[in-house]
Amino acid sequence: MYSEKVMDHFQNPRNVGEIEDASGVGTVGNAKCGDIMRMYLDIDENQVIRDCKFKTFGCGAAVATSSMATELVKGKTVQEALSVTNKAVMEALDGLPPVKVHCSLLAEEAIHAALWDYAEKHNIKIEGLEKPKNDISEGEEEEDY
Amino acid sequence: MEKKLIYMDNAATTPVKPEVLEAMLPYFTEKFGNPSSIYSISSETKKAITDAREVIARTINTTPENIYFTAGGSESDNWALKAAADAYESKGKHIITTKIEHHAILHTCEYLEKKGFEVTYLDVDENGLVKPDELRAAIRPDTILISVMFANNEIGTIEPVAEIGEIAHEHGVLFHTDAVQAYTQVPIDVEAMNIDMLSASGHKINGPKGIGFLYIRKGVKIRSFVHGGAQERHRRAGTENVAGIIGLAKAAELATANLKERTEAERKVRDHLISRIEKEIPYAKLNGDRTKRLPNNVNFSFRFIEGESMLILLDGKGICASSGSACTSGSLDPSHVLLAIGLPHEIAHGSLRLTISDDTTMEDADFVVDNLKEIVGHLREMSPLYEDFIKKEA
Repeated sequence: MYSEKVMDHFQNPRNVGEIEDASGVGTVGNAKCGDIMRMYLDIDENQVIRDCKFKTFGCGAAVATSSMATELVKGKTVQEALSVTNKAVMEALDGLPPVKVHCSLLAEEAIHAALWDYAEKHNIKIEGLEKPKNDISEGEEEEDY
Repeated sequence: MEKKLIYMDNAATTPVKPEVLEAMLPYFTEKFGNPSSIYSISSETKKAITDAREVIARTINTTPENIYFTAGGSESDNWALKAAADAYESKGKHIITTKIEHHAILHTCEYLEKKGFEVTYLDVDENGLVKPDELRAAIRPDTILISVMFANNEIGTIEPVAEIGEIAHEHGVLFHTDAVQAYTQVPIDVEAMNIDMLSASGHKINGPKGIGFLYIRKGVKIRSFVHGGAQERHRRAGTENVAGIIGLAKAAELATANLKERTEAERKVRDHLISRIEKEIPYAKLNGDRTKRLPNNVNFSFRFIEGESMLILLDGKGICASSGSACTSGSLDPSHVLLAIGLPHEIAHGSLRLTISDDTTMEDADFVVDNLKEIVGHLREMSPLYEDFIKKEA
């Protein structure tokens, strides 16, 4: 059902983890639907993405798109990263099954959310970046056994 | 070294046992005669079907004329519900079922609702058990049918079928049970349990796919499902799936003969799996009832992770399992069964079902838990939900 590239990025995900004192962090998705992505960006003074890490709760495609998205934005300028679309992520993975296309959209949103956080923290405006929808429903997942 | 396949998805389907295949083979070739013809090769196939029907009847304590062969569990469920609705419409248009039935029941009920029937979907408790008092309270003068599964396919909970049968009987309401998962895993007596109709399938019991049966108690008014020839007492026309019927009967015979020893052995492996997982994997919850449980079913929810990822990584180790996550159901919602027992969506997404057979060894179970531990740990390391949880705990 998945391409070899998707399987590779799922089984050997690149850039998993956190960045302490990240320049920007974005979390998108919804536990209810089964996908949450969190992106960490480390951006230098020239607005170049030095490092990018992710954490994802979700299916194989969600992990693979997160992994690929981090690869695609690493080393790019903030402005270049903004133009990494879900289509680019999908193409880089040799495609996704139709029911999994939303995972690639989530990856794009996660990048945008992290960039937005960076822009807010540093009081700058990134041309073309809109405030991301954050549909994480806080507190809803708390249910102790 | 070739990777060993560890098949723990026996609730999805099972392999045909060699003895079953052997019994079936002649009916594809030399014993090919149409059972309805009069020459001698046909009387042989006709006799074989008669014998098979007797074998099946004995397994649930009924007589052969109450057994109707079908193409499987879904057809049996469809037939029971649609035909009962059709035949008893004049008495009333109310049906009672549960929220945790198989889709063959739920979607048939939705269809009947569109045709003007009213359906009550009973809640279940946190272990998946139907509450008899709620059933009693749901019965109305126009209730014509109660359909409650014998045992649940996902969480393995065995319903209080005898009690439900008694309640139905007291109120003069027909009682159908989908026994696809329970048949030959749990002793079934349609007389003692007041069951009026029962669905079962061949491929869940090491028989072939495409064959099953519907038991219909004598005297129950049920219309024909397929119109045509005189097969199955005119109620389901069409030349019989002879080899399938022979295979189903052989599988049922074998599975009934060793039911006690086989399920005892399964229970040991099942309980070993459950106890190791509970001891060794934190934030894991057993779904379903601990004791009123199919001998071959293990179902856990692992917090902070998603089921499909688990399945792919298990598959990478040669382990076949299943999950109730949305990604495996093709929709955005996780399994209706897990939601009905009260699991929040995100925990239902992280469910794993392991269904064993008598071929599953303790070593297999250990191999699965060893790998599962690693996989759950790996996925949690990647999970933002786990990260938040740990930070909150710290």
